[in-house]
Amino acid sequence: MTGLWTLFYKELLRFWKVSLQTILSPVVTTLLYLLIFSHVLEAHVQVYPEVNYTAFLIPGLVMMAMLQNAFSNSSSSLIQSKMTGNIVFMLLPPLAYWEFFTAYVAASVARGAVVGLGVGLAGWWFVPLSLAHPLWVLVFAILGCATLGAAGIISSLWAENYDQMAAVQNFIIVPLTFLSGVFYSIHSLPPFWQAVSHANPFFYLIDGFRYGFFGVSDVSPLLALAIVAACFLALSLATLLLLKSGYKLRK
Amino acid sequence: MYDAFFTVREMLRFQSGYFGIRNNNAWIDELLERLALTEKADAYVRHLSGGMKRRVLVAQALVHKPPVIVLDEPTAGVDVELRQSLWAFIQRLNQQGHTIVLTTHYLEEAEVLCNRVAMLKQGQVVALDTTVNLLSRHKAIQLRLKLAPACLPDSLQALSCGRDGEIFKLSLRRHAELEGVLAALRESGVALEDLEVVKPDLEDVFLEMVKS
Repeated sequence: MTGLWTLFYKELLRFWKVSLQTILSPVVTTLLYLLIFSHVLEAHVQVYPEVNYTAFLIPGLVMMAMLQNAFSNSSSSLIQSKMTGNIVFMLLPPLAYWEFFTAYVAASVARGAVVGLGVGLAGWWFVPLSLAHPLWVLVFAILGCATLGAAGIISSLWAENYDQMAAVQNFIIVPLTFLSGVFYSIHSLPPFWQAVSHANPFFYLIDGFRYGFFGVSDVSPLLALAIVAACFLALSLATLLLLKSGYKLRK
Repeated sequence: MYDAFFTVREMLRFQSGYFGIRNNNAWIDELLERLALTEKADAYVRHLSGGMKRRVLVAQALVHKPPVIVLDEPTAGVDVELRQSLWAFIQRLNQQGHTIVLTTHYLEEAEVLCNRVAMLKQGQVVALDTTVNLLSRHKAIQLRLKLAPACLPDSLQALSCGRDGEIFKLSLRRHAELEGVLAALRESGVALEDLEVVKPDLEDVFLEMVKS
C-alpha cells in the first residue's frame, strides 16, 4: 500500500502547491457566479417554497465547482505526465492498475472537497444554509467527485495533447455541469428540455446534493443516488479496464 | 521527463514510495552527494541545468536499489571531475552486487567499467566478449620511436605502420619482438632518442572490428 499512498500524496501535493490556481481561483470564480446571479434573480425567482434563490443557488454552485475541479485534477495531472514523459516513473514501479486508479480518484475527491468547502463556506457568509440530510450531502459530494475523477482519467488517457484535453473539458464537462440545474429547477424548463435534462447524469448529482440541504428535490433522491452510483461504477469499471490494458500508456 | 511541480528530493522520495520503500532518506542523501546534487536537493527540477537533470534521472533510476541498472550514457555532458566520481560510484554499485548495463560512446569508459562489452555497428552486434578477451584480440602493440638520424632502417620497414612527424610507428605482435627492433637499430647505427610502448585499447579493437 506504500505505493498507493505515495501516489495519492504526490497528487495532493501537486494541487496544493499551486493552490492559488487549483483552489482559490475556482472558489473566486464560483463566488462571482453567486454574486451576479443572486443579485439579478433573487427578487424574481423562487424555486422551492421557503427557499430563496441565493440559498437555492449555493449547493448547485458548490457541486458544480467540485465536479469541474475533480475532473481537472486527474485529467490535468495525467495529461501532463503523459506529455512530459514522466509517466514512465509511475509505470515502471510495481504499482497495480487499481492503485493507480484509487490514488488519482482519491486526490480528485480531495481537491473537489477542498474547493467545495471553500465555496460552501463563502456562500454561507451570504446565506446561512441548513443541512437537512448531511449524509446525503456527503455521499453525493464523494460520488460526484469520484465519478468526475474517473472521467478525468479516461479523458486524459484518450487525449494525445493538451488541445484534445481542453476540448473534453470545454465542450463536454462544462456544458453538462452548467445545464444540469445549477441555476434553475428543471421544472421551469419546457417538456423537451426537461427530458433532455433527465438524460444528463450531472443533473442527478446536483439534485441529490441539493436534497441534502433542503430536503426537497426535482426527482426522488433515491433515484438520483441509484443513477449516480451506476455512473460511478460504470466509469470506474471502464477506467480500471483501460488502465489494466495499458491503453495509450503502455502501448 | 520531469515533473515541474516537485523538488529533486520530493521526486526521489516519491520514486522510493512507488517501489514500496519508506524512510529511504539515508540512501537518497547518499545518491544526492554522489551525484553532486546535494545543494540542489530542494530545488525544482525545472530550474536545473541539462547535466543536473540528467543526474536527477540517474538518481531516480537508482533510488530503489534495483538489482539490474540500465544506464544510457550517464556521463554524457558532465565535466571530468564528476565523470570520475560517477565512474567510482558505478563501480561501487557493481561491487555491491548490482548488475549494470551501460551504453556509452566513450570506449575508455567501457574499458574502465565493463567486465563484458558488446560493440554495435549499424545496429548489429559485431563483438561480444569480456573486456580482457576483446583487448587480447587486438595483438598489435604500437612502438613509437624517435630516431637520430630520423631514418628507419630497411630491416624494420616491414613493421612500420606509419609516421607522425619525427615519430616512427611500428606494430609488434609481442613484447619479445622489442629486443629484435633494438638490435636492428644498433646494427644500422641509428641512435634511439625516445621510445614509447602503446598498449591496444578498446578503441583500437573497435576500429579493427569496424574495418573488418
